[in-house]
Amino acid sequence: MISRVNSSTDMSGQLSHQVPLLEIDQLSIHFDTISGTVRSVNGVCYTLHAGETLGVVGESGCGKSVTALSIMRLIPMPPGRFAGGAIRYNGVDLLTLSEKEMRKIRGNRISMIFQDPMSSLNPVMTIGVQIAETIMLHQKLSKKEALLRATDMLRLVQIAEPERRVNEYPYQLSGGMRQRVMIALALACNPEVLIADEPTTALDVTIQAQIIELLKDLQEKLGMGVIMITHDLGVVAETCDRVVVMYAGRKVEEASTEDLFARPLHPYTRALMASMPAMNAAVEGRLLEIPGMVAASHELIRGCAFAGRCSYAVERCKQETPPLTEAGNVGHLVACFRWQDIAQQAAPAALVAPPVSPQYDFTGARS
Amino acid sequence: MKPANMHLQAAPHLPRTPLLEVRNLRKHYVTPAGMFGKSGRVVQAVEDVSFSLATGETLSLVGESGCGKTTTGKSVLRLIEPTSGSISMEGEELLGLSAKEMRLRRQDMQIIFQDPYASLNPRMRAGDIVAEPMRNFRAQNQSSTKSEVDKLAWLFSKVGLRPETMKKYAYEFSGGQRQRLGIARALSLNPKLIVCDEPVSALDVSVQAQVINLLMDLQQEFGIAYLFVAHDLAVVRHISHRVAVMYLGKIVELTDRDTLFSRPLHPYTQILLSAVPQPNPKVKATRQVLRGDPPSPANPPSGCRFHTRCPQAQAICKEKDPELSTRSDGHWVACHLQ
Repeated sequence: MISRVNSSTDMSGQLSHQVPLLEIDQLSIHFDTISGTVRSVNGVCYTLHAGETLGVVGESGCGKSVTALSIMRLIPMPPGRFAGGAIRYNGVDLLTLSEKEMRKIRGNRISMIFQDPMSSLNPVMTIGVQIAETIMLHQKLSKKEALLRATDMLRLVQIAEPERRVNEYPYQLSGGMRQRVMIALALACNPEVLIADEPTTALDVTIQAQIIELLKDLQEKLGMGVIMITHDLGVVAETCDRVVVMYAGRKVEEASTEDLFARPLHPYTRALMASMPAMNAAVEGRLLEIPGMVAASHELIRGCAFAGRCSYAVERCKQETPPLTEAGNVGHLVACFRWQDIAQQAAPAALVAPPVSPQYDFTGARS
Repeated sequence: MKPANMHLQAAPHLPRTPLLEVRNLRKHYVTPAGMFGKSGRVVQAVEDVSFSLATGETLSLVGESGCGKTTTGKSVLRLIEPTSGSISMEGEELLGLSAKEMRLRRQDMQIIFQDPYASLNPRMRAGDIVAEPMRNFRAQNQSSTKSEVDKLAWLFSKVGLRPETMKKYAYEFSGGQRQRLGIARALSLNPKLIVCDEPVSALDVSVQAQVINLLMDLQQEFGIAYLFVAHDLAVVRHISHRVAVMYLGKIVELTDRDTLFSRPLHPYTQILLSAVPQPNPKVKATRQVLRGDPPSPANPPSGCRFHTRCPQAQAICKEKDPELSTRSDGHWVACHLQ
C-alpha cells in the first residue's frame, strides 16, 4: 500500500483508497503584469482517478483554464509563474520536470482538447499528417504506419469514410468533424488523462450531443481520466462523476455530481444554478441575477472573494477567507462559513422540479 | 416580486394586428462562377419564410448554425437585401422603399448584435455611441443638446448603467455592460421592433441572466416586439411568446412557446429539444443523436429538406416538400407525418 502524499487526497472522499492518477495540490499561478500581480489560481486542489470524469465549473476568469493549461505546462513563463503547490501525475511532480521530460508526457500521457478546433488545427496540413506527426513523435513508427494509425483514430471518433478524410484539410471539414479530429489527435497516443477545455461550447446543440456521446463512449472504452472544463451545468450533469466549482481562482465547492445538484451548499453554486434559464417550467418571470461583478484578480482580496455579491454574507466573510470544510456527505467540500444555514434551505427550484417532457417517444407516437 | 408568467400577458400568442408581417421571404446567394467556366451555385440561405409579429411580442428563431435564422433577422431590417418576398411593418411594404425611405423607417426597427466587443466603435465614448442614432435623426426629432443629455442619462439608467460612465470608452466596460450599451443604443429612438441577434450567447451565465431580465423588463415597459435569434433553447424558452424552428433555410415548426416545448410535432424539433443537456443528473438522457451534419444549403435534399437525417422518413418525404400548414390553434408544422 502506497502511503498518501498529502491531505488533499483524503479530502477528495470517493475513491480515496486508490492512488490518484493526477493530483493538483495547493496550486497557485500568478501572472506578473504592469498593473500588478494577477492571482489567477490560488491554492487549488483536486484529484483525478482513472476512469473518472471530473467537471470543473466556473465563469470566465475563474482560473479553470489556467489550471488545466498548467497541467500541460503550457502557461507562458514569464509573465506566468508557479507561486506554489504541485501537480503530481502518478506521483511525479510535473512542475519539477525539464522541458524535454515534459514533452514525453504532453500529448502522450496527458492530452488536451481545446474549445476552438479551427484555430487549434494547422490549416495547411492534412488532418492525417497532423495526427501521424503526434504519433511519430511519441512512438517508433514509420510515416506509413502512423498514417494508418491516424485512419484508425478517425474511425474511432466515428468520422465517416476515414480513408478519404485522412487526406483532407481542416477547412474541408464541418465544425463538428473538426472537433472529432481534435479528439482523435488527443487520443492518438492513448493517454491516461484527457483534459477537455469547453469541448462543445462552439458547437450547435445537436452536434454537442454527438460529441458528448462520443466522449462518454470513448472513456468507457479506453478508461482514461477526463477533466471536463465547462460553464454549462447541463453538460456537467450529463457527463461528470464529480464536480469542482471555482470562483476567482479558488475552489469553493466540490462534490459528487448528484450531491452537488441535490444539495448545492456554496452561495455561488446556488446563484449559478438559479441564474440559468431552464428547459422546464419551473423558472418563470425574472431570473436570479448575481449582483455586481467578479473582483479584479490583481486586487488582493481579503476574506471570501464572493462576499461582495453574496446575499448570505456576514461581517466575518469580509475579514477571513473561509477554509474548505467537509459538509455532511463524504467528499462534499465547501468554502463557506454559513453552509450549515444554507443547507437548511431548499435547492433552487429549477433543479428540483421535474422537466416538462424530456422523454420524447421517437417511435412517432406521442404521449 | 412580479407574478410568474406576467410577461406573457402582454401579448397573446396569436397576434391580433401584426406589427411585422413577413411573407415568402427568400434570400439566395450566388457563389462566384469558377475560373474554368463553372457556373456559380445558388445557396438558398432563406427559402420561403413567412411569419408575423405582434406589438410587445417575442418571436424566437431557433436552429443550427447555417439554418438562415440570422439572415432572416437581418433581412427584416434590409441590412441584407432579400431576393424576393414581402416584409411589411404596420401595413407598409418595406421591400419597395428607397434607401432613404428605408433609413427613416429604421427608426422603428433596431438591432442588437451578438458580439458586444465588435459592435461598438472603440474610438467613441459610450455616450456618443448611444446618442448616435438620435443625432442621425435629429432633424426629425427636433431635439436640442440639452434634451439629448437628459435622454442619454435616462437611457443609461434604464439599462442599468450609471450615467457618469458616459464619458468612458467601450473597452472600459465588461462584456455584459457593453451589451447594455448596445441595448441603450437600440432603445434611443423608441423603436417598436428590435431584432436581437444572439444577444446573450457571448456572455457568462450570471451576466446573461441580467441581460435577459433587462430585455424582458424593457418589453414590459415599452411594448417593444423582439425578433429573437438564438440557438440556446433554454434562453429561448424563457424569453419567447412564440418560437419558429428553422432547418436549412425553412421554418419547419411555428407555435407558441409552451406547446413547442411540451408537444413538439416536427421530428427535427423533437430531436433538437432532446439534445439539450439537462442540469439534473437524475434525468437520464433519452436522446436520439442526429447522424452527421446538416446538408449544404447550396444543394438541399429533394422533398423534405430534413429527410436525409430524419429517423421517421418515409418514401413521400423524399419526393414531396411538405407545406407549412396549421394543425391545431396556431400550431404550424411542415411534415408529411404529422
